[in-house]
Amino acid sequence: MRVTFTANGKPVEADDVWEGESLLYVLRERVGLPGSKNACEQGECGSCTVYLDGTPVCSCLVAAGQVQDREVRTVEGLTEESGELGLVQQAFIDAGAVQCGFCTPGLLVQTDALLDNEPQPSDNDIREALSGNLCRCTGYEKIMDAVRLASARKCAKAASE
Amino acid sequence: MSTRTIQGQKNLQDIRTSSPDGIGGSPLRPDGNLKVKGEFAYSSDMWHEDMLWGMALRSPHPRANIVSVDISEALKVPGVYAVLTHKDIPGTKFYGLEIQDQPALAIDKVRYHGEAIALVAADHPETARRAVKKIKVEYEVLTPIVTEEQCLNPGTYGYVHEPHEFKSHGYDNICHEQRLVSGLGVTDEVRALADVVVSGHYEVGMQDQAFLGPESGLAVPSEDGGIDLYVATQWLHVDRQQMAPVLGLPEEKVRLTLAGVGGAFGGREDLSMQIHASLLAMHTGKPVKIVYARDESFFGHVHRHPAKMYYEHGATRDGKLVYADARLVLDGGAYASASPAVVGNAASLGHGPYVIPNVRMHAIALYSNNPSCGAMRGFGAVQAAFGYETQMDKLAAELGMDPVELRQLNAMSEGDRMPTGQLIDSPAPVAELLQRVKDMPLPPPLDLENLDVRAIPGALSNTSHGEGIVRGIGYSVGIKNVGFSEGFDDYSTARVRLEVIGGEPVAMVHTAMAEVGQGGVTVHAQIARTELGVEQVTIHPANTEVGSAGSTSASRQTYMTGGAVKLAAEAVKQALITKGRRRYGWIHDDIDLVGGKVVSESAGVLVPMVDLLGEEAIDLTREHHHRPTVPFDKVTGQGFGHVQYTFCANRAVVDVDVELGLIKVVELTAVQDVGKALNPLSVVGQIQGGCTQALGLAVMEEIIVKDGKVRNASFTDYLIPTILDTPPIPVEILELPDPHAPYGLRGVGEAPTVSATPSIVAAIRAATGIALNRIPVRPEHLTGTL
Repeated sequence: MRVTFTANGKPVEADDVWEGESLLYVLRERVGLPGSKNACEQGECGSCTVYLDGTPVCSCLVAAGQVQDREVRTVEGLTEESGELGLVQQAFIDAGAVQCGFCTPGLLVQTDALLDNEPQPSDNDIREALSGNLCRCTGYEKIMDAVRLASARKCAKAASE
Repeated sequence: MSTRTIQGQKNLQDIRTSSPDGIGGSPLRPDGNLKVKGEFAYSSDMWHEDMLWGMALRSPHPRANIVSVDISEALKVPGVYAVLTHKDIPGTKFYGLEIQDQPALAIDKVRYHGEAIALVAADHPETARRAVKKIKVEYEVLTPIVTEEQCLNPGTYGYVHEPHEFKSHGYDNICHEQRLVSGLGVTDEVRALADVVVSGHYEVGMQDQAFLGPESGLAVPSEDGGIDLYVATQWLHVDRQQMAPVLGLPEEKVRLTLAGVGGAFGGREDLSMQIHASLLAMHTGKPVKIVYARDESFFGHVHRHPAKMYYEHGATRDGKLVYADARLVLDGGAYASASPAVVGNAASLGHGPYVIPNVRMHAIALYSNNPSCGAMRGFGAVQAAFGYETQMDKLAAELGMDPVELRQLNAMSEGDRMPTGQLIDSPAPVAELLQRVKDMPLPPPLDLENLDVRAIPGALSNTSHGEGIVRGIGYSVGIKNVGFSEGFDDYSTARVRLEVIGGEPVAMVHTAMAEVGQGGVTVHAQIARTELGVEQVTIHPANTEVGSAGSTSASRQTYMTGGAVKLAAEAVKQALITKGRRRYGWIHDDIDLVGGKVVSESAGVLVPMVDLLGEEAIDLTREHHHRPTVPFDKVTGQGFGHVQYTFCANRAVVDVDVELGLIKVVELTAVQDVGKALNPLSVVGQIQGGCTQALGLAVMEEIIVKDGKVRNASFTDYLIPTILDTPPIPVEILELPDPHAPYGLRGVGEAPTVSATPSIVAAIRAATGIALNRIPVRPEHLTGTL
């Protein structure tokens, strides 16, 4: 089948899609957006998290056909048009929250969504919001730091605007 | 850069302090930008025009004879390009890290659940999956050999490897064995010297590395008949060494490039899809990509050896250890993998960081029809630490002593000897680490008045309001070696190139080091900056065009390949200075490279590096070898077997819901001596990550194997700590330099994984009063239902 949808603001079209393919597979293997990661492909690890019409979802659990005419935003879409890093992306680097980095794309999208809903989350809020995103390298401490840093920067930015 | 003072040269002082990005600083990862943009190319992201997808058929039985394999129906599936069995292997059919006992594809029998039997290459992963299902294998299913009793009685239960095909150094179903005796050993006379004796049987479940990036890669056939493989691994050269004979190719025609690695933790030390993708690519003439799904990943790599252990300790009334005895039985599974080295570690480190006058140890790894076990972070030292640290707590309780004081009373320090006889010839601040971790402030007590259920056992499940919660505190300390041991020369190679690019001096560092997330690439750039006085450093992709960097394991990469980068950079620096002496006739003996300039302590700036370099590039390669070690004596276990030791101490604070059997680790504190923190941000990250894997082993992580069959090969059923399970992990680092190591550094990554587990279990014991002799601790162990 053919699937057409919007990815990071641009129209994309994938041909010869087998009906059993996931959105994750289509993104990674058919439309050149491999940023979303394939760690478990059964909705347990959060590495493949993308926005679907503004809501974070595990793209491995979304059938390709379900995204017809819908809007997808991936980790690649968190980077500014200019190529500059988004605020959450920069915070993860600065805080040392990236080691192997395989969990990072999913965590970035989930954190972005968290801070959109709650710009100043408590530690327990952060832990709850990110509890569906596994990380095996960091022990999460620097991820906590990164989210706190992103929150502080986001609030400072909002205050200065 | 360090704060070397320069007399009378203020201009130099300014230059010297200008780079915060040399060693000791925490510059950001060079691969960080790509990783947060989603543009970093991991092994599963590899893509090639016209590529095929490879997939393996794996055995559903842990032990069976293969009567027949019929691939004809699979070959008829449209889109299938090849179906291969062991008969299609052009070279030798076996491989292995230490012992070549594993067939690349099963030959006439299978020895573990998940063993690969046949391969398919097809135009789509779903086509490959369907074709795999159409391969017909007729099995003669045999009773698997899975328990210690079965393994040790081959006459009754059979052999995992028949005597005529047995390749390891052991015998029967014993893959490897190491004994150790020191002092008077453990005899009735020695036992009589002890006022108090404690003993116990302890058990450790099978832990998985559970790296997030699945085994994957892309094999591209080349015009010369060779293979270019882009792969996630821990050691490119040893992969090639194992692959080439199976592929029937000379090593130079097997070229490996490191693709992005999504974590490793020992699980990528053995081959997984490397040979399979290459065979399919050679057979079809097309690029072949293999990406394991998570369930296949659980079958596709080795795990941490599960262990059954007996420990006995005798001490005087005032708490001095008199003797220690141990028997460690590690289940190595079907194939040897790294079992011999794991046994060596377990035996030599298995009595912990304590001074014990009389010691006996017997460690074995079994062959069985369980999943193969090999390298995982902590490598043989983890299982033993649960045993000896539980014993320390038992002994303290028996003596009515504080458990930290008992440990300190017996702690080893510099100048002491290991039970192997090896002199501890660099700092070993075991007692100090314990004191510091004990002195760290405690978290506030649980506040039931202002309770957030997310912070208590059961968390979001909203199982209670804290009625049954009891808090416990536990301590532990552990010892790990750094680098490969027992006479193995695991040298590292580095190539450093210095040239002018865009009007600036730029260093390029080229090694075959597998960056698996640990931050080695950051550290290499820091070393080049410090040694060469430049700011701009590029890291060449890791490949087999340069000499071996050894494995990214054994906490060794910063020590070994970092050391090689240092040597190569020093050589480049000397070459540049020599060039200057020839050109300018400098006679100063105090010349250094600083801030992009050649400087003299006495004469100031001599010349900008760009002027001296001109069009020339200085490009030098050096090998770094650690000091030699020797194998342990087979009978006494004596010998200078390890390169370096590393120590970590932990305190765990745990809330236990004693009614529901639920656990919340409230805080897990770590104090570790790292010799020199080349990159403090990364060092702390390693310690926190290592502690968290130890937490997983303490309370949740286990591959459940029943009658040789894996029952939980998914992240739904094999649980690793989430951010809700993981507490704050305060870390304090000590920097006591090791005179034998580059910059005085001490390997970091594994010690906390060794030491932290027992502290968590001790805290649960303190809260519940239950003995807890098996990990992971499960709710049913706490509620009395088991």
